[in-house]
Amino acid sequence: MKATRDGYGEALAELGGKNPNVVALDADLSCSTRTKLFADKFPDRFFNAGVAEANMIGMAAGLALSGKVAFASTFAVFATNRCFDQIRVSVAYPALDVKIAASHSGITVGEDGASHQALEDIALMRSLPNMKVVVPADAIEAGKAVFAIAGSPGPFYLRLGRPKVPLLEGQEFTLGKANVLRDGSDVALIACGYMVHEALEAAELLKSKGVSARVINMHTVKPLDEKAILKAAKETGRIVTCEEHSRIGGLGSAVASILSEKRPTPMRIVGTDDTFGESGLPAELIKKYGLSGAHIAKAAKELLK
Amino acid sequence: MDADQIAKKATAIRRHVCESTTGAGSGHPGGSLSAADILAVLYFHTLKHRPKEPGWPERDRLVLSKGHAAPALYAALAEAGYFPVSDLKGLRKLGHHLQGHPAMDTPGVEACTGSLGQGLSVAVGMALAAKLDKRGNRIYCVAGDGECQEGQIWEAAMAASHYALDNITLVVDRNGLQIDGFTKDVMSIEPLAAKWRAFGWHVIKINGHSIPEIMGALAHREKGKPIAIIANTVKGSGVSFMENVAGFHGKPASQQQLEQALEELQ
Repeated sequence: MKATRDGYGEALAELGGKNPNVVALDADLSCSTRTKLFADKFPDRFFNAGVAEANMIGMAAGLALSGKVAFASTFAVFATNRCFDQIRVSVAYPALDVKIAASHSGITVGEDGASHQALEDIALMRSLPNMKVVVPADAIEAGKAVFAIAGSPGPFYLRLGRPKVPLLEGQEFTLGKANVLRDGSDVALIACGYMVHEALEAAELLKSKGVSARVINMHTVKPLDEKAILKAAKETGRIVTCEEHSRIGGLGSAVASILSEKRPTPMRIVGTDDTFGESGLPAELIKKYGLSGAHIAKAAKELLK
Repeated sequence: MDADQIAKKATAIRRHVCESTTGAGSGHPGGSLSAADILAVLYFHTLKHRPKEPGWPERDRLVLSKGHAAPALYAALAEAGYFPVSDLKGLRKLGHHLQGHPAMDTPGVEACTGSLGQGLSVAVGMALAAKLDKRGNRIYCVAGDGECQEGQIWEAAMAASHYALDNITLVVDRNGLQIDGFTKDVMSIEPLAAKWRAFGWHVIKINGHSIPEIMGALAHREKGKPIAIIANTVKGSGVSFMENVAGFHGKPASQQQLEQALEELQ
């Protein structure tokens, strides 16, 4: 068990040793986002903006305009909501090498409550031209994603989580290419981030009911792996998307756009309803907000009726 | 270039500003004209740059944080040789590289601006990179006075002094006007010099239409401190009917007014 933010911090520190062009920025949360691991190794290439996120994004843009690959980290709510305009004009429009690696995304932030639970960040980031969005499911994938996005030009949003999650061993990571974690023929569960683990649990639950569920880890939410989606739609005929994010504008919306235009397929979107979260333990919130494996299995069964 | 030659360039910039915005039927002549002398000194005296090699790594950089003054920036870049002067006719027109606010398609533009308050942060990032790479280049930023109402300006101000960025010079185009009227009426920013000093900057106050004063202030260096030049200017400077008129913030001269403007700008 390990949090994706841990995988990020360790990989960033490793990347810093390999690529002297990499710089990192944070906004007074370097312990939580794990950029401290980079800061300790490369203090001259780390810039703390203090509690001033907008300026952090601008500084990252200026560093990128000077040839650096800039990783900028803070909590997902602040990175995307507070800095949307800075990301839009200073980073995405000029398509700069700024990698916004935001931790504490989704409802699994837990006790900090609604102000700190980013449930709209994927929607915001995927709406920006030039911006690509990656949501790793475990620490290993987060680490691989760090190297992949550092080597891929232009801005990225890397969505990281607070809680420890199981490690998915033996996965390849190619940007824009989904991983099939488990094959199945009755329904396809397309998940990203933390929800990949809930989807795997759902597949087990479904198996006990005689339903064969495919589980697809859609780690790159933009650009989406259209091929994998259309293949799953063709082969299973039913799609359930799973995200720790609002049902508005996230992975489910992205998948629905493709399917509605290219291969209309019955589907369900598992995500939070049009509502803010609240304080509680991550496991309690996952249950209350309809994001558990049991909820995913229920959505799949609705499609099978 | 000496002060007289720079003054001629400033006049050429002003003529281009009026012609290109009237040609476009929109744009921001007022704040472009107030910044004309500052930009003329920067591009024809201060900046170490190579117009034929815009990506030269050792160049000084100018970030126009008050992006709506793009017509003046484009005029300066064209006069400096980054692209043909005839391109200025394409301002704000479909398919042309001269966007309503600065974008990277235009040779010599260093950052996308137009959403106020962002350019100084980008300049701070550039200054950090220059220090990191031990490059001797200098980063300049031109911001508006109304723009100093943006909170992000002060975040950037704090960062520049925290990181002791003595390789950055900001010019605040203090023309005293913003879209809705005088800055003192819309949202007071005074005492402006005291604010910049309180944020750890070395402050120089000048007449922003005196070429020698601009030259002197831009040449100033202060060990360990960023520099803020508060340039007192007149919005619409050089065109009598535009001077100190908030209405010409975002409205060009009519064709008839343009003729008068060009007569005055000799």
